Amino acid sequence: MSAPSSVLVVGASAAGLSVAEHLRHRGFEGDLTVLGAEPTAPYDRPPLSKQVLAGAWEAERARLRDEVRLSELDASFVLGDPAVGLDAAGREVWTASGRRFGADAVVVATGVRHRALPGQDELAGAHVLRTLGDSLALRADLLGASRSVVVGEGVLGAEVAATARAMGVDVTMVGPQPAPMAAQVGPLVSARLAELHASRGVSLRLGVGVRELVGDAGRVVGVGLDSGEVLDTDAVLVAVGAVPNTGWLAGSGLELADGVVCDSRCRAADGIYAVGDVARWWHDDFGRLMRLENRTNATQQALTVAGNVLGEDHAFTPVPYFWTDQHDVKIQMHGVLAAGAAVSVVDGSLDEDRFVARYERDGRVIGVLGWNMPKQSGLRRKEIVAPLSDPAGPLETRK
Amino acid sequence: MKITVDEEKCCGAGTCVLTAPDVFDQRDEDGVVVLLDESPGADLQASAREAASTCPAQAILLSERA
Ligand SMILES: Cc1cc2nc3c(=O)[nH]c(=O)nc-3n(C[C@H](O)[C@H](O)[C@H](O)COP(=O)(O)OP(=O)(O)OC[C@H]3O[C@@H](n4cnc5c(N)ncnc54)[C@H](O)[C@@H]3O)c2cc1C
Ligand code: SF4
Repeated sequence: MSAPSSVLVVGASAAGLSVAEHLRHRGFEGDLTVLGAEPTAPYDRPPLSKQVLAGAWEAERARLRDEVRLSELDASFVLGDPAVGLDAAGREVWTASGRRFGADAVVVATGVRHRALPGQDELAGAHVLRTLGDSLALRADLLGASRSVVVGEGVLGAEVAATARAMGVDVTMVGPQPAPMAAQVGPLVSARLAELHASRGVSLRLGVGVRELVGDAGRVVGVGLDSGEVLDTDAVLVAVGAVPNTGWLAGSGLELADGVVCDSRCRAADGIYAVGDVARWWHDDFGRLMRLENRTNATQQALTVAGNVLGEDHAFTPVPYFWTDQHDVKIQMHGVLAAGAAVSVVDGSLDEDRFVARYERDGRVIGVLGWNMPKQSGLRRKEIVAPLSDPAGPLETRK
Repeated sequence: MKITVDEEKCCGAGTCVLTAPDVFDQRDEDGVVVLLDESPGADLQASAREAASTCPAQAILLSERA
């Protein structure tokens, strides 16, 4: 497709805003419209489970850009009015308030929403954490709570448990895995995480599923486990994963399957692209569809998408990268930390509480994890890049 | 081009070092950004600009003057 004269971005957060900026940096002078469901100016989410939840940052600091930078973009922001439909062939989007927007290129950047447990919406004190409002509401409830429970032992649950402890709140983490983030980082590091959380006073109740939230007079009072046990609580965070915001695309003609399905160029249809948490694109080096829910991916994918919108032709083939801060430990994950990979410590040591772990499968380095060693783990990332882009073929099919 | 970094905002993600290793480094102990070259030459400016725009913490500021 030749360069478009107008671009419409749907979703005004990390990925959508980045696409808009990269378009302008690359000299796009046409009409640029950014639609967002939230009424607020674009803000960043990682601080919502860390600095903002802890009260260390005013909400204002999580803003992605100040007014001046936003106005320099020369884009028309339409906020607080969610898109409710898309006609892919006609490249037209309409919103809840009934407005219609057409453009030569449409970029879908609507992210994900967090799953709730059945009945959760009717219970005060039971939270999910995705938006700034969620973070402030959770904070208010945690401050008044004598006991809290985090349902979910993944990265978000683990971060919130750590922040709650730092706020002086009694917290129990529950979930079916044997240790925090076991599926993401494997047994060595997740055992280490379990020790870390326990040593900072987080009660771990792991290896058991959650059956239900228990309410009384419209407030959550307990978390019922599969074992039959009920944990008493005044505040609950439910962090059991997320689903892509694609409901508004039903009937659009786009293929939807755990995200907006795209080719290796992040293109979902002629003139239609997806970016960020909502995009499930074909990763050439891995030889499979991939969807990443992380902050670094949002901006990197935005760079590729902006180029492709303007007529470039680049496959998006990143080495996945994610970071998390828990208590005073900074963890960085590069590549794929597949369960079952052979893990060895290659820098630092477990005793020093600073190390880099290397993940290998079939004699190839597939991932690197840094524990309080952000710089060194970044340096070792190079060891991953080569095998991933090996012309011998996609990782999945190699033996 | 003149670059400044905000150590307070930096989350140690290190994308700047991956993108523009001649301009940015990270502290050994906590990964916070270290500016190696506050006014990079013409050959490094494109990568410096990309690093600033992909920094997840918006910790890199560029001024195109001087
Ligand atoms: C609490 C928390 C902590 C995190 N911590 C980390 C971390 O430490 N490290 C890391 O790498 N990543 C982290 N992440 C993940 C990271 O924030 C996401 O990967 C990133 O926000 C993805 O950006 P996005 O723009 O694709 O999606 P989103 O940020 O989800 O933005 C999508 C936007 O689209 C809007 N939208 C949805 N539907 C519509 C519609 N129909 N019409 C218009 N607009 C719509 C939404 O309201 C939202 O504003 C964290 C996420 C959360 C929630
Ligand atoms: S990319 Fe940004 S946050 Fe990451 S190390 Fe560099 S300056 Fe810090």
